[in-house]
Amino acid sequence: MIEFHLNSRSGLPPYQQLVQQVRHALRLGLLKEGDRLPTVKDVAKQMAVNPNTVLKAYRELEHDGLVAARPGVGTFVTRTLADATLAAHGPLRKDLQRWLTKARLAGLDDESIEALFMSTFRDAAGEDVA
Amino acid sequence: MSAVLRARGLGKRYKQRWALQSCDLDVPAGRVVGLVGPNGAGKSTLLNLASGMLTPTAGTIEVCGGRPAAGVEQLAKVGFVAQDTPVYSALSVADHLDLGKRLNPNWDDAVARDRIRRLGLDPKQRAGKLSGGQRAQLALTLGIAKRPELLILDEPVAALDPLARREFMQDLMEAVAEHELSVVLSSHLVSDVERTCDYVIVLVDSHVQVAGDIDDLVACHHRLTGPRRDPDTLPAGQHVLTASHTDRQTTLLVRTDTAVHDPTWTVGPLGLEDIVLAYMTRPADAVRDTRPALEVLRCSG
Repeated sequence: MIEFHLNSRSGLPPYQQLVQQVRHALRLGLLKEGDRLPTVKDVAKQMAVNPNTVLKAYRELEHDGLVAARPGVGTFVTRTLADATLAAHGPLRKDLQRWLTKARLAGLDDESIEALFMSTFRDAAGEDVA
Repeated sequence: MSAVLRARGLGKRYKQRWALQSCDLDVPAGRVVGLVGPNGAGKSTLLNLASGMLTPTAGTIEVCGGRPAAGVEQLAKVGFVAQDTPVYSALSVADHLDLGKRLNPNWDDAVARDRIRRLGLDPKQRAGKLSGGQRAQLALTLGIAKRPELLILDEPVAALDPLARREFMQDLMEAVAEHELSVVLSSHLVSDVERTCDYVIVLVDSHVQVAGDIDDLVACHHRLTGPRRDPDTLPAGQHVLTASHTDRQTTLLVRTDTAVHDPTWTVGPLGLEDIVLAYMTRPADAVRDTRPALEVLRCSG
């Protein structure tokens, strides 16, 4: 079973940190289909966190189709994130490597590459939201 | 959802000084509300008005649909743990539970005894001999076993060490999950509020500066940095909380319900602590200018 933790300096609201930790565990195979998430009450007690925060995180995970709540029984993982995308990692990594070579040839240093990537990433994420 | 706390033009004056003025609030039920603000801002006054320990000088306040402390039924709906979690020092832990049982119609004796056992408190121990953390836990036990709809706590953890504080908050959050309790607590510790609350009220200088759902507030507030610029030239709908300038750069904390599209700004997120501090430090005259705009926030993000 997953054990949550909160980082007060992460800049992310507590419920998003919980969502992220579940997604991370799914991606790494630490949580598998059929696993039960801890109850809202247990998380609230263990972390001294607002139960509504835990509920909100579980609802978002449910909305994303990753978990399902069975009333009176618990919240269960319904899908894993690990193998669905794993096959795509190789080709994507090659693309990125080609792009990195091009960036270096154009004279960008590590810091510039990271800044360009992050700002493009944020712009694209912003477009998705809008 | 019905409001657990509703205030309209609420004010309280002690002799010449207003401790709380023109306070309007609509706090939905089922929330854990953090009341934050500097010392002397009026936090305890608001909580004492809500519990019925004080009566308003102006305006009205309604708690769980009734006037605070208006009768036996109303008293049973609201639990109040005053500042420094007071207990009767000459009475034993068991005496406190007996008193609770006699005085509260909805008293849940099983919950009370189970909690005392789990806390490892000796029922024969006098409350005066308990440590600060144990005393706070005894007061919380009485507040929970009363089975109120709303539990009000005035600075419950201010005097506790970090471990006792965490244990207190763990037990409070467990009770919220178990009994679907609404809670209003005041605190100096924004980090505690961020963890345990989902609604915040910022009170400064006897006025409510902002009140609303914490996730909504975080989604509505941004830090803008960019070339030096007069904040008055911002589009309508972007309210400036604080502005600071260097020769070339301007940094603004703004509240806006819509996305910031101006490409000259770098837009950064703000944490709850940044937002609370911005409302606490902005000049007093700005407070009054923008008051009508500062209602409970709802924004699409």
